[in-house]
Amino acid sequence: MLLVPMILVHLAVIFYATSQNLTADAILSRTRGSVTWGLFYGIFVLLAAIHASIGVRNILQEWGRLRDRTAGQLAVLFGVLLLVLGLRAVAAVVMP
Amino acid sequence: MSSTSHAYRRNTLWNAALVHRLSGIGLAIFLPIHFLALGLALSGAAKLEGFLRLTQMPVVTAAETILIFLLVVHFLGGLRLLALENGPWFSGQRRVALVAIGVAAVVALIFLVRLL
Amino acid sequence: MDESHSSIDVSIWRGDANGGFQSYRVPSRSDQTVLDVVTWVQRNVDPTLSYRFACRVGMCGSCAMTVNGRPRWTCRTHVKSVFQESKLEIAPLSNMPVIKDLASDMRVFFEKWTRARGSFAPNRSRTKAVEEIRPDTPARRFADEAIECINCGVCYAACDTVRWNEDYLGPAALNRAWALMNDVRDTAGRERLEAVSAKGGCHSCHSHQSCQAHCPQTLNPTRSIAGLKGLSLQAYLRGEIKP
Ligand code: SF4
Ligand code: SF4
Ligand code: FES
Repeated sequence: MLLVPMILVHLAVIFYATSQNLTADAILSRTRGSVTWGLFYGIFVLLAAIHASIGVRNILQEWGRLRDRTAGQLAVLFGVLLLVLGLRAVAAVVMP
Repeated sequence: MSSTSHAYRRNTLWNAALVHRLSGIGLAIFLPIHFLALGLALSGAAKLEGFLRLTQMPVVTAAETILIFLLVVHFLGGLRLLALENGPWFSGQRRVALVAIGVAAVVALIFLVRLL
Repeated sequence: MDESHSSIDVSIWRGDANGGFQSYRVPSRSDQTVLDVVTWVQRNVDPTLSYRFACRVGMCGSCAMTVNGRPRWTCRTHVKSVFQESKLEIAPLSNMPVIKDLASDMRVFFEKWTRARGSFAPNRSRTKAVEEIRPDTPARRFADEAIECINCGVCYAACDTVRWNEDYLGPAALNRAWALMNDVRDTAGRERLEAVSAKGGCHSCHSHQSCQAHCPQTLNPTRSIAGLKGLSLQAYLRGEIKP
Protein backbone atom coordinates (compact mmCIF):
# COMPACT_ATOMS: atom_id res chain seq x y z
CA MET A 1 0.00 0.00 0.00
CA LEU A 2 3.02 2.22 0.47
CA LEU A 3 3.60 1.73 -3.23
CA VAL A 4 0.52 3.81 -4.00
CA PRO A 5 1.86 7.27 -3.12
CA MET A 6 5.31 6.33 -4.34
CA ILE A 7 4.07 5.44 -7.80
CA LEU A 8 2.29 8.78 -7.95
CA VAL A 9 5.51 10.58 -7.09
CA HIS A 10 7.41 8.49 -9.59
CA LEU A 11 4.90 9.31 -12.33
CA ALA A 12 5.18 12.98 -11.47
CA VAL A 13 8.95 12.72 -11.74
CA ILE A 14 8.67 11.07 -15.14
CA PHE A 15 6.38 13.76 -16.42
CA TYR A 16 8.56 16.48 -14.95
CA ALA A 17 11.79 15.07 -16.36
CA THR A 18 10.39 14.56 -19.81
CA SER A 19 8.56 17.85 -19.98
CA GLN A 20 11.69 19.78 -19.11
CA ASN A 21 13.57 17.61 -21.58
CA LEU A 22 16.25 17.24 -18.96
CA THR A 23 19.71 16.16 -19.99
CA ALA A 24 21.62 13.57 -18.05
CA ASP A 25 23.73 16.29 -16.46
CA ALA A 26 20.66 18.21 -15.43
CA ILE A 27 19.07 15.14 -13.88
CA LEU A 28 22.19 14.10 -12.08
CA SER A 29 22.81 17.58 -10.75
CA ARG A 30 19.38 17.43 -9.18
CA THR A 31 19.78 13.99 -7.69
CA ARG A 32 23.43 13.66 -6.72
CA GLY A 33 24.04 14.00 -3.04
CA SER A 34 20.35 14.15 -2.23
CA VAL A 35 19.54 11.92 0.74
CA THR A 36 15.82 12.37 0.15
CA TRP A 37 15.90 11.01 -3.39
CA GLY A 38 18.23 8.26 -2.32
CA LEU A 39 15.94 7.12 0.48
CA PHE A 40 12.80 7.51 -1.58
CA TYR A 41 14.03 5.48 -4.49
CA GLY A 42 15.84 3.01 -2.25
CA ILE A 43 12.58 2.12 -0.51
CA PHE A 44 10.70 2.22 -3.80
CA VAL A 45 13.10 -0.31 -5.28
CA LEU A 46 12.83 -2.56 -2.26
CA LEU A 47 9.03 -2.57 -2.32
CA ALA A 48 8.90 -3.03 -6.07
CA ALA A 49 11.29 -5.98 -5.84
CA ILE A 50 9.17 -7.67 -3.18
CA HIS A 51 5.94 -6.99 -5.04
CA ALA A 52 7.35 -8.16 -8.37
CA SER A 53 8.80 -11.37 -6.99
CA ILE A 54 5.50 -12.33 -5.37
CA GLY A 55 3.67 -11.67 -8.60
CA VAL A 56 6.24 -13.56 -10.63
CA ARG A 57 5.97 -16.55 -8.30
CA ASN A 58 2.22 -16.70 -8.74
CA ILE A 59 2.48 -16.46 -12.48
CA LEU A 60 5.17 -19.14 -12.65
CA GLN A 61 2.98 -21.45 -10.58
CA GLU A 62 -0.25 -20.81 -12.41
CA TRP A 63 0.82 -20.26 -15.98
CA GLY A 64 4.28 -21.79 -15.92
CA ARG A 65 2.96 -24.90 -14.17
CA LEU A 66 6.17 -25.00 -12.14
CA ARG A 67 6.27 -26.80 -8.85
CA ASP A 68 5.84 -24.43 -5.92
CA ARG A 69 9.42 -24.81 -4.74
CA THR A 70 10.94 -24.14 -8.14
CA ALA A 71 8.66 -21.18 -8.72
CA GLY A 72 9.50 -19.81 -5.27
CA GLN A 73 13.23 -20.12 -5.84
CA LEU A 74 13.09 -18.50 -9.27
CA ALA A 75 10.97 -15.68 -7.89
CA VAL A 76 13.39 -15.03 -5.02
CA LEU A 77 16.23 -15.00 -7.53
CA PHE A 78 14.34 -12.48 -9.63
CA GLY A 79 13.59 -10.36 -6.58
CA VAL A 80 17.22 -10.31 -5.53
CA LEU A 81 18.28 -9.44 -9.06
CA LEU A 82 15.84 -6.54 -9.08
CA LEU A 83 17.00 -5.39 -5.68
CA VAL A 84 20.69 -5.46 -6.61
CA LEU A 85 20.23 -3.79 -9.98
CA GLY A 86 17.80 -1.29 -8.52
CA LEU A 87 19.95 -0.26 -5.60
CA ARG A 88 22.94 -0.06 -7.93
CA ALA A 89 20.94 2.27 -10.16
CA VAL A 90 19.87 4.41 -7.22
CA ALA A 91 23.46 4.57 -6.04
CA ALA A 92 24.61 5.51 -9.52
CA VAL A 93 22.19 8.36 -9.68
CA VAL A 94 22.44 9.82 -6.18
CA MET A 95 26.01 9.18 -5.11
CA PRO A 96 27.97 12.37 -5.37
CA MET B 1 -12.67 -28.71 -26.41
CA SER B 2 -14.40 -26.30 -28.71
CA SER B 3 -14.58 -22.71 -29.77
CA THR B 4 -17.00 -21.85 -27.02
CA SER B 5 -15.16 -23.62 -24.22
CA HIS B 6 -13.76 -20.36 -22.86
CA ALA B 7 -16.89 -18.29 -23.27
CA TYR B 8 -17.02 -17.66 -19.55
CA ARG B 9 -13.99 -15.42 -19.99
CA ARG B 10 -15.93 -12.98 -22.16
CA ASN B 11 -16.43 -10.79 -19.19
CA THR B 12 -15.10 -7.34 -18.45
CA LEU B 13 -13.71 -8.24 -15.07
CA TRP B 14 -11.98 -11.36 -16.33
CA ASN B 15 -10.30 -9.22 -18.96
CA ALA B 16 -9.41 -6.64 -16.34
CA ALA B 17 -7.60 -9.39 -14.47
CA LEU B 18 -5.83 -10.40 -17.67
CA VAL B 19 -4.77 -6.82 -18.35
CA HIS B 20 -3.49 -6.59 -14.79
CA ARG B 21 -1.42 -9.72 -15.16
CA LEU B 22 -0.03 -8.89 -18.60
CA SER B 23 0.87 -5.35 -17.53
CA GLY B 24 2.57 -6.84 -14.48
CA ILE B 25 4.63 -9.14 -16.67
CA GLY B 26 5.49 -6.23 -18.94
CA LEU B 27 6.68 -4.13 -16.02
CA ALA B 28 8.64 -7.03 -14.56
CA ILE B 29 10.51 -7.43 -17.85
CA PHE B 30 11.10 -3.71 -18.15
CA LEU B 31 12.36 -3.06 -14.61
CA PRO B 32 15.78 -4.74 -14.86
CA ILE B 33 16.43 -2.95 -18.14
CA HIS B 34 15.39 0.33 -16.58
CA PHE B 35 17.78 -0.24 -13.68
CA LEU B 36 20.64 -1.20 -15.98
CA ALA B 37 20.12 1.95 -18.01
CA LEU B 38 20.24 4.16 -14.92
CA GLY B 39 23.29 2.24 -13.77
CA LEU B 40 25.07 3.74 -16.76
CA ALA B 41 25.46 6.86 -14.68
CA LEU B 42 28.01 4.94 -12.64
CA SER B 43 30.46 5.32 -15.46
CA GLY B 44 29.73 9.00 -15.84
CA ALA B 45 27.04 11.33 -16.98
CA ALA B 46 28.19 11.10 -20.56
CA LYS B 47 27.16 7.47 -20.85
CA LEU B 48 23.71 8.23 -19.48
CA GLU B 49 23.40 11.23 -21.74
CA GLY B 50 24.21 9.04 -24.72
CA PHE B 51 21.46 6.70 -23.66
CA LEU B 52 18.96 9.46 -23.03
CA ARG B 53 19.62 10.74 -26.51
CA LEU B 54 18.67 7.32 -27.82
CA THR B 55 15.29 7.83 -26.26
CA GLN B 56 14.51 10.54 -28.77
CA MET B 57 14.00 7.83 -31.35
CA PRO B 58 10.33 7.32 -32.27
CA VAL B 59 10.46 3.60 -31.52
CA VAL B 60 11.69 4.26 -28.02
CA THR B 61 9.09 6.97 -27.51
CA ALA B 62 6.40 4.51 -28.51
CA ALA B 63 7.80 1.95 -26.11
CA GLU B 64 7.86 4.54 -23.33
CA THR B 65 4.25 5.41 -23.97
CA ILE B 66 3.33 1.78 -23.66
CA LEU B 67 5.29 1.55 -20.43
CA ILE B 68 3.45 4.50 -18.97
CA PHE B 69 0.22 2.79 -19.93
CA LEU B 70 1.32 -0.44 -18.28
CA LEU B 71 2.37 1.33 -15.10
CA VAL B 72 -0.80 3.37 -14.78
CA VAL B 73 -3.09 0.50 -15.69
CA HIS B 74 -1.37 -1.81 -13.21
CA PHE B 75 -1.49 0.91 -10.59
CA LEU B 76 -5.18 1.74 -11.02
CA GLY B 77 -6.14 -1.91 -11.38
CA GLY B 78 -4.26 -2.64 -8.19
CA LEU B 79 -6.04 0.22 -6.45
CA ARG B 80 -9.38 -1.24 -7.50
CA LEU B 81 -8.42 -4.61 -6.03
CA LEU B 82 -7.19 -3.03 -2.82
CA ALA B 83 -10.44 -1.17 -2.42
CA LEU B 84 -12.47 -4.23 -3.27
CA GLU B 85 -10.69 -6.56 -0.90
CA ASN B 86 -10.29 -4.20 2.02
CA GLY B 87 -13.09 -1.72 1.82
CA PRO B 88 -16.82 -2.20 1.99
CA TRP B 89 -18.18 -3.83 -1.13
CA PHE B 90 -19.23 -1.51 -3.88
CA SER B 91 -21.02 -2.45 -7.05
CA GLY B 92 -20.24 -1.16 -10.49
CA GLN B 93 -16.90 -2.97 -10.58
CA ARG B 94 -17.18 -3.28 -14.32
CA ARG B 95 -17.37 0.45 -14.77
CA VAL B 96 -14.51 1.08 -12.35
CA ALA B 97 -12.32 -1.38 -14.23
CA LEU B 98 -13.15 0.17 -17.57
CA VAL B 99 -12.50 3.66 -16.25
CA ALA B 100 -9.14 2.48 -14.90
CA ILE B 101 -8.12 1.20 -18.32
CA GLY B 102 -9.44 4.35 -19.98
CA VAL B 103 -7.59 6.69 -17.63
CA ALA B 104 -4.38 4.73 -18.15
CA ALA B 105 -4.75 5.12 -21.90
CA VAL B 106 -5.40 8.85 -21.54
CA VAL B 107 -2.38 9.39 -19.29
CA ALA B 108 -0.19 7.49 -21.74
CA LEU B 109 -1.54 9.59 -24.60
CA ILE B 110 -0.86 12.83 -22.73
CA PHE B 111 2.67 11.61 -22.20
CA LEU B 112 3.02 10.85 -25.89
CA VAL B 113 1.59 14.14 -27.05
CA ARG B 114 3.88 16.13 -24.80
CA LEU B 115 6.91 14.32 -26.13
CA LEU B 116 6.02 14.91 -29.75
CA MET C 1 -44.78 -24.67 -38.47
CA ASP C 2 -41.68 -24.97 -40.58
CA GLU C 3 -38.89 -27.38 -39.71
CA SER C 4 -36.28 -24.86 -38.57
CA HIS C 5 -38.63 -23.48 -35.95
CA SER C 6 -39.91 -26.73 -34.62
CA SER C 7 -36.57 -28.30 -33.84
CA ILE C 8 -33.16 -27.31 -32.55
CA ASP C 9 -29.74 -28.81 -33.16
CA VAL C 10 -27.76 -29.49 -30.07
CA SER C 11 -24.23 -30.83 -29.51
CA ILE C 12 -23.80 -32.93 -26.42
CA TRP C 13 -20.52 -34.17 -25.00
CA ARG C 14 -20.29 -37.97 -25.07
CA GLY C 15 -17.73 -40.21 -23.42
CA ASP C 16 -15.01 -39.39 -20.93
CA ALA C 17 -12.36 -36.66 -21.12
CA ASN C 18 -11.28 -38.01 -24.52
CA GLY C 19 -14.79 -38.03 -25.87
CA GLY C 20 -16.32 -35.56 -28.27
CA PHE C 21 -19.46 -33.69 -29.18
CA GLN C 22 -22.29 -35.46 -30.91
CA SER C 23 -25.21 -33.73 -32.60
CA TYR C 24 -28.86 -34.35 -31.91
CA ARG C 25 -32.02 -32.80 -33.25
CA VAL C 26 -34.52 -32.07 -30.53
CA PRO C 27 -38.06 -30.74 -30.91
CA SER C 28 -38.29 -27.18 -29.82
CA ARG C 29 -40.81 -26.19 -27.15
CA SER C 30 -41.58 -22.85 -25.66
CA ASP C 31 -39.96 -22.25 -22.27
CA GLN C 32 -37.81 -25.33 -22.72
CA THR C 33 -34.83 -25.55 -20.39
CA VAL C 34 -31.42 -26.95 -21.22
CA LEU C 35 -32.15 -29.80 -18.84
CA ASP C 36 -35.35 -30.54 -20.78
CA VAL C 37 -33.28 -30.88 -23.95
CA VAL C 38 -30.88 -33.32 -22.31
CA THR C 39 -33.74 -35.31 -20.84
CA TRP C 40 -35.47 -35.49 -24.22
CA VAL C 41 -32.35 -36.93 -25.82
CA GLN C 42 -31.99 -39.52 -23.10
CA ARG C 43 -35.62 -40.59 -23.24
CA ASN C 44 -36.02 -40.57 -27.01
CA VAL C 45 -32.66 -41.05 -28.68
CA ASP C 46 -30.09 -42.66 -26.43
CA PRO C 47 -30.95 -44.03 -22.99
CA THR C 48 -27.25 -44.45 -22.21
CA LEU C 49 -26.73 -40.68 -22.00
CA SER C 50 -25.52 -39.95 -18.46
CA TYR C 51 -26.30 -36.75 -16.60
CA ARG C 52 -27.39 -35.62 -13.17
CA PHE C 53 -30.40 -33.78 -11.83
CA ALA C 54 -32.86 -34.05 -9.01
CA CYS C 55 -35.11 -31.15 -8.09
CA ARG C 56 -35.57 -29.41 -11.48
CA VAL C 57 -36.38 -26.20 -9.62
CA GLY C 58 -32.96 -24.80 -8.76
CA MET C 59 -32.62 -26.10 -5.24
CA CYS C 60 -30.46 -29.20 -5.23
CA GLY C 61 -27.49 -28.00 -7.27
CA SER C 62 -26.95 -31.27 -9.11
CA CYS C 63 -27.71 -30.28 -12.70
CA ALA C 64 -24.84 -27.90 -13.50
CA MET C 65 -23.22 -28.28 -16.91
CA THR C 66 -21.23 -26.19 -19.34
CA VAL C 67 -23.66 -24.55 -21.74
CA ASN C 68 -22.11 -22.78 -24.72
CA GLY C 69 -18.88 -22.49 -22.79
CA ARG C 70 -20.33 -21.14 -19.57
CA PRO C 71 -21.15 -23.09 -16.43
CA ARG C 72 -24.85 -22.93 -15.64
CA TRP C 73 -27.60 -24.64 -13.70
CA THR C 74 -29.42 -26.32 -16.54
CA CYS C 75 -32.83 -26.78 -14.91
CA ARG C 76 -33.27 -23.02 -14.64
CA THR C 77 -31.61 -22.05 -17.90
CA HIS C 78 -34.01 -21.48 -20.76
CA VAL C 79 -32.79 -22.59 -24.14
CA LYS C 80 -33.85 -19.34 -25.70
CA SER C 81 -31.73 -17.33 -23.30
CA VAL C 82 -28.51 -19.12 -24.26
CA PHE C 83 -29.11 -19.94 -27.91
CA GLN C 84 -26.22 -18.20 -29.62
CA GLU C 85 -25.90 -18.21 -33.38
CA SER C 86 -28.51 -20.95 -33.22
CA LYS C 87 -26.01 -23.12 -31.46
CA LEU C 88 -26.45 -25.09 -28.29
CA GLU C 89 -23.47 -26.95 -26.95
CA ILE C 90 -23.72 -28.87 -23.70
CA ALA C 91 -20.66 -30.26 -21.95
CA PRO C 92 -19.91 -31.52 -18.45
CA LEU C 93 -18.87 -29.05 -15.81
CA SER C 94 -15.20 -28.14 -16.17
CA ASN C 95 -12.39 -28.10 -13.60
CA MET C 96 -13.47 -31.61 -12.59
CA PRO C 97 -12.73 -35.01 -14.10
CA VAL C 98 -15.38 -36.23 -16.52
CA ILE C 99 -17.00 -39.48 -15.44
CA LYS C 100 -19.10 -39.98 -18.53
CA ASP C 101 -21.06 -37.73 -20.86
CA LEU C 102 -22.49 -34.83 -18.85
CA ALA C 103 -21.63 -36.15 -15.42
CA SER C 104 -18.43 -34.85 -13.90
CA ASP C 105 -16.81 -36.10 -10.76
CA MET C 106 -17.49 -33.65 -7.95
CA ARG C 107 -15.59 -35.51 -5.27
CA VAL C 108 -12.62 -33.13 -5.12
CA PHE C 109 -15.02 -30.20 -5.03
CA PHE C 110 -16.66 -31.60 -1.90
CA GLU C 111 -13.37 -32.73 -0.36
CA LYS C 112 -12.31 -29.12 -0.52
CA TRP C 113 -15.40 -28.13 1.45
CA THR C 114 -14.20 -30.46 4.16
CA ARG C 115 -10.66 -29.13 3.91
CA ALA C 116 -11.98 -25.58 4.32
CA ARG C 117 -13.76 -26.73 7.48
CA GLY C 118 -17.15 -26.25 5.96
CA SER C 119 -18.91 -28.08 8.78
CA PHE C 120 -20.62 -26.36 11.65
CA ALA C 121 -19.12 -26.84 15.13
CA PRO C 122 -21.96 -26.05 17.55
CA ASN C 123 -21.40 -24.37 20.89
CA ARG C 124 -24.29 -26.02 22.72
CA SER C 125 -26.04 -29.33 22.78
CA ARG C 126 -29.66 -30.07 21.88
CA THR C 127 -30.73 -29.89 25.48
CA LYS C 128 -29.99 -26.19 25.66
CA ALA C 129 -32.30 -23.53 24.37
CA VAL C 130 -31.77 -22.14 20.87
CA GLU C 131 -29.48 -19.16 20.84
CA GLU C 132 -31.00 -15.89 19.84
CA ILE C 133 -29.32 -14.07 16.98
CA ARG C 134 -30.46 -10.63 16.02
CA PRO C 135 -31.07 -10.37 12.28
CA ASP C 136 -29.59 -6.89 12.08
CA THR C 137 -26.13 -7.65 13.42
CA PRO C 138 -23.35 -7.32 10.83
CA ALA C 139 -22.21 -10.92 11.24
CA ARG C 140 -25.74 -12.21 10.72
CA ARG C 141 -26.04 -10.08 7.59
CA PHE C 142 -22.79 -11.42 6.17
CA ALA C 143 -23.83 -14.97 6.92
CA ASP C 144 -27.20 -14.32 5.30
CA GLU C 145 -25.62 -13.18 2.09
CA ALA C 146 -23.41 -16.23 1.83
CA ILE C 147 -25.71 -18.94 3.09
CA GLU C 148 -27.91 -19.64 0.07
CA CYS C 149 -25.30 -21.76 -1.70
CA ILE C 150 -26.71 -24.90 -3.33
CA ASN C 151 -23.31 -26.59 -3.88
CA CYS C 152 -23.78 -26.62 -7.61
CA GLY C 153 -20.11 -26.15 -8.50
CA VAL C 154 -20.83 -23.49 -11.12
CA CYS C 155 -18.51 -20.95 -9.51
CA TYR C 156 -15.82 -23.62 -9.12
CA ALA C 157 -16.02 -24.39 -12.84
CA ALA C 158 -15.85 -20.69 -13.72
CA CYS C 159 -12.80 -19.98 -11.57
CA ASP C 160 -9.50 -19.87 -13.43
CA THR C 161 -7.54 -20.02 -10.22
CA VAL C 162 -9.04 -23.47 -9.68
CA ARG C 163 -8.03 -24.30 -13.24
CA TRP C 164 -4.43 -23.18 -12.68
CA ASN C 165 -3.83 -24.24 -9.11
CA GLU C 166 -5.05 -27.68 -8.14
CA ASP C 167 -4.63 -26.94 -4.44
CA TYR C 168 -6.97 -23.98 -4.54
CA LEU C 169 -10.05 -24.55 -2.38
CA GLY C 170 -12.26 -22.60 -4.75
CA PRO C 171 -15.03 -20.04 -4.32
CA ALA C 172 -17.79 -22.29 -2.96
CA ALA C 173 -15.80 -23.87 -0.13
CA LEU C 174 -14.34 -20.50 0.88
CA ASN C 175 -17.74 -18.85 0.70
CA ARG C 176 -19.04 -21.56 3.03
CA ALA C 177 -16.13 -20.97 5.41
CA TRP C 178 -16.97 -17.26 5.44
CA ALA C 179 -20.62 -17.98 6.27
CA LEU C 180 -19.51 -20.09 9.23
CA MET C 181 -16.98 -17.50 10.38
CA ASN C 182 -19.95 -15.19 10.78
CA ASP C 183 -22.00 -17.72 12.68
CA VAL C 184 -21.71 -16.74 16.35
CA ARG C 185 -22.76 -20.23 17.43
CA ASP C 186 -19.76 -21.83 15.75
CA THR C 187 -16.69 -22.70 17.80
CA ALA C 188 -14.14 -23.76 15.17
CA GLY C 189 -13.23 -20.28 13.97
CA ARG C 190 -9.52 -20.46 14.64
CA GLU C 191 -9.07 -23.87 13.03
CA ARG C 192 -11.12 -22.78 10.06
CA LEU C 193 -9.07 -19.63 9.60
CA GLU C 194 -5.96 -21.74 9.74
CA ALA C 195 -7.38 -24.07 7.10
CA VAL C 196 -8.39 -21.30 4.72
CA SER C 197 -5.14 -19.39 5.23
CA ALA C 198 -2.98 -22.35 4.26
CA LYS C 199 -1.56 -22.89 0.81
CA GLY C 200 -4.33 -22.92 -1.77
CA GLY C 201 -6.62 -21.01 0.58
CA CYS C 202 -8.20 -17.59 0.41
CA HIS C 203 -4.93 -15.82 -0.35
CA SER C 204 -4.71 -17.61 -3.69
CA CYS C 205 -7.85 -15.86 -4.93
CA HIS C 206 -7.21 -13.15 -7.51
CA SER C 207 -10.61 -11.48 -7.23
CA HIS C 208 -11.52 -12.15 -10.85
CA GLN C 209 -15.17 -12.23 -9.84
CA SER C 210 -15.90 -14.92 -12.41
CA CYS C 211 -17.46 -16.88 -9.58
CA GLN C 212 -19.74 -13.99 -8.74
CA ALA C 213 -20.63 -13.43 -12.37
CA HIS C 214 -21.78 -17.03 -12.80
CA CYS C 215 -23.29 -18.00 -9.45
CA PRO C 216 -26.94 -18.86 -10.20
CA GLN C 217 -27.88 -17.88 -6.66
CA THR C 218 -26.29 -14.47 -7.23
CA LEU C 219 -23.98 -15.00 -4.31
CA ASN C 220 -20.74 -13.11 -4.14
CA PRO C 221 -17.90 -15.49 -3.26
CA THR C 222 -15.35 -12.81 -4.15
CA ARG C 223 -16.57 -10.66 -1.31
CA SER C 224 -16.70 -13.62 1.06
CA ILE C 225 -13.11 -14.50 0.21
CA ALA C 226 -12.06 -10.88 0.66
CA GLY C 227 -13.65 -11.09 4.11
CA LEU C 228 -11.63 -14.20 4.88
CA LYS C 229 -8.45 -12.51 3.70
CA GLY C 230 -9.10 -9.73 6.19
CA LEU C 231 -9.86 -12.10 9.07
CA SER C 232 -6.83 -14.19 8.20
CA LEU C 233 -4.55 -11.16 8.22
CA GLN C 234 -5.95 -9.96 11.55
CA ALA C 235 -5.51 -13.39 13.11
CA TYR C 236 -1.97 -13.53 11.80
CA LEU C 237 -1.15 -10.12 13.23
CA ARG C 238 -2.59 -11.19 16.57
CA GLY C 239 -0.40 -14.27 16.40
CA GLU C 240 -3.35 -16.69 16.42
CA ILE C 241 -2.35 -18.40 13.23
CA LYS C 242 1.03 -18.99 11.66
CA PRO C 243 1.82 -18.47 8.00
S1 SF4 D 1 -12.72 -14.18 -7.36
FE1 SF4 D 1 -11.44 -15.78 -6.49
S2 SF4 D 1 -12.79 -17.52 -6.33
FE2 SF4 D 1 -13.83 -16.07 -7.67
S3 SF4 D 1 -13.25 -16.68 -9.74
FE3 SF4 D 1 -11.71 -15.23 -9.04
S4 SF4 D 1 -10.06 -16.41 -8.12
FE4 SF4 D 1 -11.87 -17.72 -8.32
S1 SF4 E 1 -21.58 -20.19 -4.55
FE1 SF4 E 1 -23.15 -20.13 -6.14
S2 SF4 E 1 -22.17 -21.06 -7.93
FE2 SF4 E 1 -20.96 -21.60 -6.17
S3 SF4 E 1 -21.68 -23.60 -5.54
FE3 SF4 E 1 -22.78 -22.05 -4.34
S4 SF4 E 1 -24.64 -21.64 -5.48
FE4 SF4 E 1 -23.26 -22.71 -6.87
S1 FES F 1 -31.97 -30.05 -10.87
FE1 FES F 1 -31.79 -29.26 -8.84
S2 FES F 1 -30.79 -27.36 -9.19
FE2 FES F 1 -31.14 -28.06 -11.18
